Amino acid sequence: MLNMKANMILDAKGLACPMPIVKTKKAMNNLEAGQVLEVQATDKGSKADLKAWSESTGYQYLGTLEEGDVLKHFLRKSSNDESIGKKHPNVISNEELEKNLEASENIVVIDVREAAEYAFNHIPNAISIPLGELENRVNELNKQDKIFVVCRTGNRSDFAAQKLTENGFTKVINVIPGMSQWTGKTTGINR
Amino acid sequence: MTVKGMTSKEVTQRVFNKEELFILDVRNESDYKDWKIDGENFKYLNVPYFELLDGVEEVIEKIPTDKEVLVVCAKEGSSVMVAEMLSDAGLNVSYLKGGMKSWSEHLEPVKLGDLNDGGEIFQFVRIGKGCLSYMIVSHGEAALIDATRMTDTYLEFANSIGAKITRVFDTHLHADHISGGRTIAEKTGATYWLPPKDATEVTFDYQPLEDGNDITIGNTVITIHALYSPGHTIGSTSFVVDNKFLLSGDILFIDSIGRPDLAGKAEDWVGDLRETLYKRYRELSEELIVLPAHFMIIDELNNDGSVSENLGTLFAKNHGLNIEDENEFRRLVTENLPPQPNDYQKIRQTNMGKISPDMDEQREMEIGPNRCAVR
Repeated sequence: MLNMKANMILDAKGLACPMPIVKTKKAMNNLEAGQVLEVQATDKGSKADLKAWSESTGYQYLGTLEEGDVLKHFLRKSSNDESIGKKHPNVISNEELEKNLEASENIVVIDVREAAEYAFNHIPNAISIPLGELENRVNELNKQDKIFVVCRTGNRSDFAAQKLTENGFTKVINVIPGMSQWTGKTTGINR
Repeated sequence: MTVKGMTSKEVTQRVFNKEELFILDVRNESDYKDWKIDGENFKYLNVPYFELLDGVEEVIEKIPTDKEVLVVCAKEGSSVMVAEMLSDAGLNVSYLKGGMKSWSEHLEPVKLGDLNDGGEIFQFVRIGKGCLSYMIVSHGEAALIDATRMTDTYLEFANSIGAKITRVFDTHLHADHISGGRTIAEKTGATYWLPPKDATEVTFDYQPLEDGNDITIGNTVITIHALYSPGHTIGSTSFVVDNKFLLSGDILFIDSIGRPDLAGKAEDWVGDLRETLYKRYRELSEELIVLPAHFMIIDELNNDGSVSENLGTLFAKNHGLNIEDENEFRRLVTENLPPQPNDYQKIRQTNMGKISPDMDEQREMEIGPNRCAVR
């Protein structure tokens, strides 16, 4: 089983509509920006409703895992860092990265989104290192490699690229905007 | 403040009587777009319940105060919540008891007419899903055709008129709803009849329903004459009842014709469909009253809520019966078909006895509108 690493788990099992969403709404209020909530529900209708509700509220609906009768929904409270200017100078567009990927197989792509975001949808062969874990896992990476860093909108990857540069990496490229607009190949659970 | 629940039966009466009703549907947008309660004089507003968790201020001015208002959701819970909020804000509203789940399952019996020597024929209108089933009664005996899975409704109805169900028929292997035929046969000891060409994969015993079979109900003669009429499925069979009614199954509807693609390839059966509609049905009396297994739109309902029309009128008015050119007909029934019904493959497997989903799963499989026809 993949470790989805939700920051909080909400038990809404056995509850009928509208309660799963009522409870999810409260839980999301208590979550910090950028954190992931796992909602466990048995109401089949909760999937379509949570998805539509997330879209209308601006939360990120990541996906749903079905385990027996239990639906595990993953939602992320988007961070409000979207407006912060990006600092890492070396960037590449989604389209350019896609061309690079098509041309060569030995390309290192680091996906710094949360594990749950990565699990449902990511570029094939991208390595998952959530931004919060990067500091401790930097030694997994090779300083000689050209490293493409991707997240959802280009902000977390900008932080990650800066962090890698501070650690002596010289060929780090931030992918702009990232997975939110990615039209190339992806893989993940539920597909 | 407590709010009133309105039953599916009460809503059905408002549909039949063409009454006014304002429906606030609080399901999510895609569910609402897919399928809703249809009424000629109904007005609608769709706002998902999860948009209203913080209050109903935004919708309150869009809700009329001079009309009956019904709040609708999938299973009732959210509509009660929203109805109570509206009621607290001073509005007089009801919610739909059991939600769309109960709407999908409601059957309204309507008497269609009298048959030879005191016999009667009833149509069960599944208003939310457009399925039509039939009960033919004579001298304490009843035959049931194209029964839905809400088997208790038929059993209770038969009981209430003092009839025993002795024969159960399906005109074809259904792909849009789960048949109650086999269950009713088991509960009543009736025989269950299926067209053998549709039943090659079924896992249970049945009586083969063949072209030319004449079945008599009661101790007087009400003939149910089976007429092989392939096209929607390869086995599709129609019935001529008492030389008066033509039960056309999913071959011919009031304003449309059957689609040939739900049990295989449309191209394979388009010839059969044409042969049935343009030759076999042409040989029948135009006085026959056509009773289909579905209606598609609420306009097809007669004033009493029933669905029926003279065969002659359909020959004159139904577009699908008036396409001279065979290639044009082929295009109509093979191209640009509406989406296939939800879970139609699983529904077929259930009707074959290959899988036995529980009640909740059966409900899920049937959710949504009926899509058995092409216009």
